[in-house]
Amino acid sequence: MKYGQTPSQTVGPYFAYGLTPEQYGYPFRAACGPVLAEARTPGEPIVLTGRVYDGDGKPVDDAMIEILHADTRRKYLFGRCGTGADRECTFRFETVKPASTGPRSAPHIDVIVMMRGMLSHAFTRVYFDDEQEANARDEVLADVPAERRGTLIARREELPGGMVYRFDIRMQGRDETVFFDL
Amino acid sequence: MKRDLQIPTLRPRDWSTQPAYVYPPYKSTVKRGPTQPLVPVKRALEQLAAPVYGHGAVGPLDHDLTRNAVKNGEPLGERIVVSGRVIDEDGRPVRDALIEIWQANAAGRYAHKVDQHPAPLDPNFLGAGRCLTDKQGRYTFVTIKPGAYPWGNGAGWRPNHIHFSLFGNYFASRLVTQMYFPGDPLLPIDPIYNSAPAGARGRLVSRYVPLASDPDFALGYEFDVVLRGAQQTPMENRE
Ligand SMILES: [Fe+2]
Repeated sequence: MKYGQTPSQTVGPYFAYGLTPEQYGYPFRAACGPVLAEARTPGEPIVLTGRVYDGDGKPVDDAMIEILHADTRRKYLFGRCGTGADRECTFRFETVKPASTGPRSAPHIDVIVMMRGMLSHAFTRVYFDDEQEANARDEVLADVPAERRGTLIARREELPGGMVYRFDIRMQGRDETVFFDL
Repeated sequence: MKRDLQIPTLRPRDWSTQPAYVYPPYKSTVKRGPTQPLVPVKRALEQLAAPVYGHGAVGPLDHDLTRNAVKNGEPLGERIVVSGRVIDEDGRPVRDALIEIWQANAAGRYAHKVDQHPAPLDPNFLGAGRCLTDKQGRYTFVTIKPGAYPWGNGAGWRPNHIHFSLFGNYFASRLVTQMYFPGDPLLPIDPIYNSAPAGARGRLVSRYVPLASDPDFALGYEFDVVLRGAQQTPMENRE
């Protein structure tokens, strides 16, 4: 090992016109956005939505969330969404329900969280509350203290527009979301 | 563009080179940084490949911030060329890395709706760009030197900086950072810069290197980025 890793620095409050320009209405083409699935992507269409809360329980309006997951062909889909484009400070991804990637792996979405006030990004994971059997076999979830696993489970809500999974991220407090040392 | 699926194990995130989540001199970290210990993950997670970007994701002017948002003239300020290499910890080039940058204009104002700093906007400058690294891991941006701006963390002004977002070959090698300029008097008192451990923060400062090809066109700065690399040399076709 000859070179040390470059240190991380905060994404700051002004990332939107560079990293999520189309979502926020800036005149610059986006490299990626909150819609991961195309019409021909196989699988059940879902929406993944939620908020990010700070240590005071206030929704964060300048976080950026990135997600990566496998579809049923084991093709990986990637998306990015900021929380500052609507009044409710929500992120909202349109994708398909992920497929399992192995016998000891439940369907899941890998997540990167960054925001003003975070000097390094954090990794977390979304699991699904209607996949209890698969979740019980998942080797990553097995390493999470049992009392904290609930912070990684998205709740299914069947709404008129389709299937929505709600996943809130809590940076601190009693229900602080589990972040991984990745 | 197809990446090797036999991904070796990555070296871990080296916390001796990375800022802590909670760093009180940067006040917003106190309520936003995670406080519980990070949960270790099994190897499977670090083997995840990063999303692959084709060259179609990058437009012909995306790397040139002096031209990619012009309306009726050239942007104001000192023209600079920022170039460098993206490498891993063994010095191997990281090819096809997506680099995205954003920055303030020469007056220290971001083209962001939330930025209230009363410095002028430049109608010919947005301040956003992107490019992919080549086979040697090299990249080049043409831009305007960003101005300093006050930021409401006490009485401080941020040193001149360009925000960098990088995707290497692995999901786990994701990096968002900031590039600074040599000799900036605000660096020794900037809480964000100083959040990086003392032995590592100098890596965030670019080097002034006059342009070899066209030294009268712009000032040249070099900024190399080191991403987490593989433990062993991956089996791949060497070109
Ligand atoms: Fe900034």
